[in-house]
Amino acid sequence: MSNRTIMIGLAFTALASAVAFMTLGVKAPWSFVLPFRGEKLAALMLVAVAVSTSTVLFQTITFNRILTPAIMGFDALYILLMTSAVFFFGGQGLLHFPPMAVFVITSIALSLAGLGLFGTLLRRSGVDLLRMVLTGIIFGVLFRSLTSFLQRMIDPNEFSVIQVVSYARFNSIDTEILWVALPVTLVALMAVWRLHRRLDVIALGDAMAANLGETSQRLQLQVLFLVGLLVSVSTAFVGPVVFLGLLIASLTHVLLRSPYHRVLLPAAGLVSITVLVGGQTILERVLSYGTPLAVVIDVIGGVVFLVLVIRGMSK
Amino acid sequence: MIGPNGAGKSTLLSLVARLLPLQSGSVTVDGLKIGEVANDILAKNLAILSQSNVIAPRLTIEQLISFGRYPHSQGRLRDDCRAMIEQAIARFELGHLRHRMLDTLSGGQRQRALVAMTYAQDTDYLLLDEPLNNLDISASRSLMQLVRQMVDQNGKTAVVVLHDINYACAYADQIVVLTDGRLIAQGSPQTVITEALLAQAFDTDAQVGTHNGRPVVFA
Repeated sequence: MSNRTIMIGLAFTALASAVAFMTLGVKAPWSFVLPFRGEKLAALMLVAVAVSTSTVLFQTITFNRILTPAIMGFDALYILLMTSAVFFFGGQGLLHFPPMAVFVITSIALSLAGLGLFGTLLRRSGVDLLRMVLTGIIFGVLFRSLTSFLQRMIDPNEFSVIQVVSYARFNSIDTEILWVALPVTLVALMAVWRLHRRLDVIALGDAMAANLGETSQRLQLQVLFLVGLLVSVSTAFVGPVVFLGLLIASLTHVLLRSPYHRVLLPAAGLVSITVLVGGQTILERVLSYGTPLAVVIDVIGGVVFLVLVIRGMSK
Repeated sequence: MIGPNGAGKSTLLSLVARLLPLQSGSVTVDGLKIGEVANDILAKNLAILSQSNVIAPRLTIEQLISFGRYPHSQGRLRDDCRAMIEQAIARFELGHLRHRMLDTLSGGQRQRALVAMTYAQDTDYLLLDEPLNNLDISASRSLMQLVRQMVDQNGKTAVVVLHDINYACAYADQIVVLTDGRLIAQGSPQTVITEALLAQAFDTDAQVGTHNGRPVVFA
């Protein structure tokens, strides 16, 4: 099958998932259901695109197909930042801020922190896969233990503020920040789109990119910043889903082979929308909440991760 | 360019192509100051194939060669780019392989595709770091002949790091010998490749004969 056929197929499945999500099992008046589900659908689609784009970008600048921002601890860092904010400024204080302002500040803080930590890491150790995996695990554990340490000292009333972001959830999506997450995502996606040809060259490897007149270092930093913004969007809406990005990127690479980000990025986005919106529709409407989607995704994604790591080790 | 392992051949090429930063001194290629020139200008004038090409296998040969036009097109291929890509494919006889993925090719075919990419890059200078590594005699000869053609017919300057001195003797106009980061001899194969030089540079007593007027080293 040509890539064009596959893209059309993916667009169709994504659209079908969205239509099913909006129309299946409606028991209330349409005038209520459409805006209510519409907001949730918009949020899910934002999450889907944010996760797929940040994963593809991260894999390009680290030259691998196994690591993702979530596996490297980006989501955990977001929750740590939120928790620290509550710890130092108090949940009540944070509640006085509009949620949008909190979201914007946390996003930018995450982008800068990600830039600092992972930028340094990339420059120091290059792209040694094993070292990156180890560092990711250590970062993840460190961020999570710092988070739970802080959470233990927080006033139980204030704890409820961060409890919402600490666990993956697709059923109760907080749509309050939709109107600020939407422009943030769009701006980030536009910035990514401007880089797509350079990303193609960077993906060829350092030496080849340098031969063709592209140096990866500055681009890596720009990309890390954008990854931070996109991870903020997805974590703010649905919390940490560790293996979602990996699952989507792997599915995309199985479905089509292309060295071009102008193909890979939209394809991954469509796969992501299909998996998230379609998966949520099936669990919510067909199986009526039997199992949370996050758990299903993490189980399947976790298996994919293991397979990839084992295959990578035996190479 | 020849010399024993660790003589600094790859390092020299990397410095010339700015894959490594200069710690001191300066490099000038045809009036271009390598330390100062902009990335795209450098990429339009000088192409390098280093040993460590970790090429993403998800490329077809045609896509790889198209990337050679990147310094000129920034990824937006115009008609002249397409013509150049077709010319490279024809010249390197890759037409029947153009839609094959790189990871399905033999070492020789892949190396030929990489050199074809630098042909499409259309630079005056071409630096090749041990391009014959892991190639059999037929692939090696055909690659060296193609490089020789690019020099003779397109007026390019090719600097090739080689381990097999006989390939250097057979195809080079000039041989440069490095040991321990120093240039110890430079000139035509006939003047440079002597038993005395082999003893000095490689610490070996290999014998030197001649064939078709060019020196031949007997292992």
